[in-house]
Amino acid sequence: MQYMLILNETAEEFAKRNHPQQAAEYWGGWNAFIGAMAAAGVIVKGDGLLGPETATTVRLRDGQRQIQDGPFAETKEQLGGYFVIEVPDLDAAIAWALKAPSAAYASVEVRPVLVMPAPPAA
Amino acid sequence: MDAGQTAQDVARRSYGRLVAMLAARGTGLAAAEDALADAFAAALATWPARGIPANPEAWLVTTARNRLANTRRSRRVSEAATGEILMRLGDAQAASDFPDERLKLLFVCAHPDIDPSIRTPLMLQTVLGLDAARIASAFAVQPAAMGQRLVRAKARIGASGLRFEVPDVADLDLRVADVLEAIYGAYGTGWDAIAGADGDEKGLSGEAIYLGRLVAALLPDHPEPKGLLSLMLFCEARRPARFDAAGAFVPLAAQDARRWTRDLIIEADALLTLASKAGRFGRFQCEAAIQSVHVQRPIVGHLNHEAIGLLYRMLVAHAPTLGNRVGQAAATLDAGDPARALDQLDAIESDGKERYQPYWVTRRACLEALGRPDEAGQALERAIGLTEHPRLRAYLLASARPTTEGVDRAG
Repeated sequence: MQYMLILNETAEEFAKRNHPQQAAEYWGGWNAFIGAMAAAGVIVKGDGLLGPETATTVRLRDGQRQIQDGPFAETKEQLGGYFVIEVPDLDAAIAWALKAPSAAYASVEVRPVLVMPAPPAA
Repeated sequence: MDAGQTAQDVARRSYGRLVAMLAARGTGLAAAEDALADAFAAALATWPARGIPANPEAWLVTTARNRLANTRRSRRVSEAATGEILMRLGDAQAASDFPDERLKLLFVCAHPDIDPSIRTPLMLQTVLGLDAARIASAFAVQPAAMGQRLVRAKARIGASGLRFEVPDVADLDLRVADVLEAIYGAYGTGWDAIAGADGDEKGLSGEAIYLGRLVAALLPDHPEPKGLLSLMLFCEARRPARFDAAGAFVPLAAQDARRWTRDLIIEADALLTLASKAGRFGRFQCEAAIQSVHVQRPIVGHLNHEAIGLLYRMLVAHAPTLGNRVGQAAATLDAGDPARALDQLDAIESDGKERYQPYWVTRRACLEALGRPDEAGQALERAIGLTEHPRLRAYLLASARPTTEGVDRAG
């Protein structure tokens, strides 16, 4: 089964990424977490994302383009990255999600990946 | 103990006794719980403030009867079951000193026909009345999935006709071991896994100790329940010293023994002495004995490595689990033999070690002591990545800063 770990971050944690004193611990935790998943061979794909201030949100409404700076909604936690992992079941996915550093101060959402039905044979 | 805690304990005891009584007299486990769940919730809501009734069981029975009578059309409890339960609750009220059937309930929950992974949750729910959501969090399982597993396990008890009885003497020791294993499973949820930097750091350890006391009281002639209770109390005694005033993690060897809870150590020691009088080796007595040696460190001034090494040899010979074998390697390292400790780790073939954080912490310490800093760093990275507790992660990250300790020790 494939699950996406949707890794949410707080503004304070985003700020640590380039902080002269705090960056080492911030990245140390994340690199170790990602390394442990890689060593276990569960990663299908994944990325970290730049902070929400770099986001651009686009909408089409009544034929009008609406382009705005920032994420789609202002919330305390913003998407910081994601991983798709291949594990036997939801229990295993939850066990990995709990080891993400952000689980301790923000949240990790675990979602099954939608399996598309095979297209009819041509 | 505050009034709320006392009320909770009394409600829990009475609830477990009534569920066990109904279930042992042929009412389905799920039906018995449904009948009492509302009454139990009402007790938890009112007793802490209004005081505990003189006869808690009678109070619960009356409340349950009233609710059942009001909700005979309840969708959860079938019409036939409701009548049956009302009748049996009537019996219970008439004879308020009905026998304590909770031992039988414990044996059913940890029955060999029940999947081992659901035995502890089943026990927590039926004996103590914990709700599925709380159990799910403690076991890191989706709440809906935990609810379904509990329902299926109860249905299995009914469908396969598991008998509510104390096992024959021939099976008794093995069946007791299953019950104790399930109780220890609840304690484990409160020790390493649960983070909760500010709130409930204890997970389900209080519930596990309650069950440990219960089974030790219900099986007074068996040494292992006392061994398990002793083990849990030793661990509990050290809990206040696991983190310093600033909240940072403190490893056992560096703990300030003045912060250990003295009363719990005295109780744990007494239980272990009592258990050992039976003269029957047991896994939990052995683990408790290891703890007992550790708490003697501040009294004798040093750790008795020989005693710990001997106890681990017995423990691993009896129960060669991943945790016990890693514990043995850590003890070997503590005794000053990192090369042999590493051999002990290398000899472990369990797949589970890949994801077992203590394995990597111990491996790192061995490699560092042997002056192999690059491999030590890789092992530490694995350990950090497998750590759930944020304060433990912070401790390990801080320890990654370059030191010359490994070189010194090797040289």
